Amino acid sequence: MSPFVVETAAAVVLAVLALSAVLAFVRIVRGPTLPDRVVAIDLIATVAVGVLAASAIAFNQPALLQPALVLGLITFLGTVAFARYVQRTGQR
Amino acid sequence: MMDWISVSLLAVGAVFTLLAAVGVMRLPDLFTRMQASTKSATLGVACMMMATLTHFGDLTVSARALLIVAALFLTAPVAAHAIGRAAYLRGVELWDGTMFDELREHREGRTSRTRGERGRGDAFDHEDEDLARAGELTGAGADRRR
Repeated sequence: MSPFVVETAAAVVLAVLALSAVLAFVRIVRGPTLPDRVVAIDLIATVAVGVLAASAIAFNQPALLQPALVLGLITFLGTVAFARYVQRTGQR
Repeated sequence: MMDWISVSLLAVGAVFTLLAAVGVMRLPDLFTRMQASTKSATLGVACMMMATLTHFGDLTVSARALLIVAALFLTAPVAAHAIGRAAYLRGVELWDGTMFDELREHREGRTSRTRGERGRGDAFDHEDEDLARAGELTGAGADRRR
């Protein structure tokens, strides 16, 4: 078996993840309310964690998992902050 | 052998993440979209993290990948719950085909009512007063804070 099959698969996965991010971005543009956009931003951040995981394989750089961990935790804080904002001031 | 496990985990993860994105774009209301985004995307990214685990096979990398999966599994439901609850309380509309709204039944204190009695038309009839209720309840909270 070719030694680069996993790296090639990771590159293909990167393209699929880019498509996922574009689809989530369509939802950010269309709205219609703030919570919809927050959910889409949350999805994009989760996709970004996946992109870092696939990049770690594709470029053989395991150090890329550290920003993935930080991104996963920061996203949570952002979403909860948005949720509190929505609950206090309304959905626009 | 390990390579094929990595490749299949990567593929499964990518498919789940793509399905989550398609769901977020196509599903009819906020709460069904949240269903797609929070469950499917989390599972997809977890699969990809497992792929890095099997690909590198290093102890530190494996520990880090498991830590990321644990963090995602802990935080994603909490974040989805927070944003869903906030959106419901601020009166974001439910899908027309929604069958059960147990949170509203709970808040109206109608616990004795059996679930089967609620039809689709019934959900429409009470929509306006429910929105008014939500505004009133959260509005009172907002006044208290100012």
